[in-house]
Amino acid sequence: MSQLEALSITRPGRTADVVMRVLATASGALVVAAIALIALFLLVQAIPSLQANQANFLTSGEFSTSDPADLRFGIKDLLIVTVLSSVVALVLAVPVAMGIAIFLTNYAPRRISRPLSSVIDLLAAVPSIVFGLWGIFILAPVLEPFAVWLNATLGWFPLFATGNVSITGGGTIFTASIVLAIMILPIITTVARESYRQTPRSTIEAAQSLGATRWEVIRMTVIPFGRSGTIAGAMLGLGRALGETVAVLLILRASPLPAAFTVFDGGYTFASKIASAAAEFSSPLPTGAYIAAGFVLFALTFIVNVIARAVAGSKLG
Amino acid sequence: MTTTTRPPRQTAFIPISTGRRARSATWGILVVAAFVVALIPLAWLLIIVITRGFEAIVSPTWWTNSLKGVLPEQFAGGVYHAIYGTLVQAGIAALIAVPLGILIAIYLVEYGKKSPLARLATFMVDVLSGIPSIVAALFVFSLWIVTLGFQQSAFAVALALVLLMIPVVVRSTEEMLRIVPDDLREASYALGLSKAVTIMRVVLPTASSGIVSGILLAIARVMGETAPVLVLVGYSRAMNYDVFEGNMASLPLLIYTELINPLPAGQLRAWGAALTLIIIIAVINIAATAIARFLNRKQNA
Repeated sequence: MSQLEALSITRPGRTADVVMRVLATASGALVVAAIALIALFLLVQAIPSLQANQANFLTSGEFSTSDPADLRFGIKDLLIVTVLSSVVALVLAVPVAMGIAIFLTNYAPRRISRPLSSVIDLLAAVPSIVFGLWGIFILAPVLEPFAVWLNATLGWFPLFATGNVSITGGGTIFTASIVLAIMILPIITTVARESYRQTPRSTIEAAQSLGATRWEVIRMTVIPFGRSGTIAGAMLGLGRALGETVAVLLILRASPLPAAFTVFDGGYTFASKIASAAAEFSSPLPTGAYIAAGFVLFALTFIVNVIARAVAGSKLG
Repeated sequence: MTTTTRPPRQTAFIPISTGRRARSATWGILVVAAFVVALIPLAWLLIIVITRGFEAIVSPTWWTNSLKGVLPEQFAGGVYHAIYGTLVQAGIAALIAVPLGILIAIYLVEYGKKSPLARLATFMVDVLSGIPSIVAALFVFSLWIVTLGFQQSAFAVALALVLLMIPVVVRSTEEMLRIVPDDLREASYALGLSKAVTIMRVVLPTASSGIVSGILLAIARVMGETAPVLVLVGYSRAMNYDVFEGNMASLPLLIYTELINPLPAGQLRAWGAALTLIIIIAVINIAATAIARFLNRKQNA
């Protein structure tokens, strides 16, 4: 605090100062309280249903809430579909995002780098329901022959084995992951781009003076320097993918069979399961089952985001 | 200091081998390809939405009528009621989230600084920005509807949107407040102005262009949210002006509802509403840039 500031604060009769300070501090405290309240309220609503649950919450793949007297719900399948679709999306998106970030920081002329960045950001402005529409009606039919081929040739590999829904129509994790990858591309690109941009000029010049080619400079200085930023961006992207609701809900086809842990599975993620049942949230016990699933999703995204912040240190804006 | 990207070729050096040069060129091509790969879905999606939705949005009643009394197989009426819902839900959310978000940012930059509470609040804003919209919706459902006993309404949706908007408003405002030079604050104190007056009359106006465009971008972002409307309000085919009672349509909810209708009229309405939503979001984004530029110029003049 500067001396002048201290002087102005200690002046008597400055009620506006007190009001401002109290309001601002209270708002700061409110945001802290909000997170605690979210966890608390979800938990309070979930506990009665968890107690009434006839199945094991962690290991069961059932989700039957139609009879409040015989609640059977477990998150096994939801967890498999959520994690698989998000991780596949991440594996697809990270290399492309790194490529775009390198292109924007090291290849694109300085003058057009900023407009090109905002073109990528446009992807983040498209509503997720529109991605869902496009994904299931337009992209899925185009991907179908490729999915069939992948299943036929690499079907021996468990990840590409036949899943619990038909590949025809494309209502599979395969389609959902590609759409999710496109949706999380902007956030990963932005964080990676900012960390690549901070690579010290001197390190780059040192590599150049050793005779490194353009790519060698990037591989030896820019990418290692931006590693923590790239990982942080990837974690933020993963958090988005885990919680994405409507696009996934529109794309994935429901299946009576349990998840087979392949990219050609259908089913529900945590978020899409909750959204699919939203219209029936009337009696408390069944609703509590979905809120319990929501709490797990909250915990999952919380952990992923905390990892992102921890990895990034002060690099995140 | 040289700014060339490659060391100058001199005969004394051993020339770069063909293999290394080829590898560098290949990666260069791949990096450009990555950028192009990202543009393909963007362009494809926009073209599809425009071509499929164009017929709907040029229909004369599209922007002025609701779907009241329109049969599922009939293409008539419009989405006026859903546009109203989208704008009013985002607007109410903004009325709550903007003052709160700006106050939180003021706390972080002007009061809290490096105090434990400020660091905790920064962390919590980060956490909040990572919360899935469906979780925010479930929280409002547990708090507002189950615990406090209110009905599902547009206002409940707005409350969920507040949670999603706050981190965006805080981040952009905070960034803007931080770049206001300390000289300005000190000059204001030296003139005998109190800290509150300094913030209101000097710091905020200086940062206003960035703050306003940040707010508009936050509004545009929450408009496309579908998860909160699915959980917190019912769909209505007719106009409902009351935000505290009854069902209210919004563009995402209308798209979601019309998708279940397999008839051509339903599909056309869904794509038309998607195009309408994209147009509204695009207009707000353009307005954000324009306002930021206008306020900047006024300040510099």
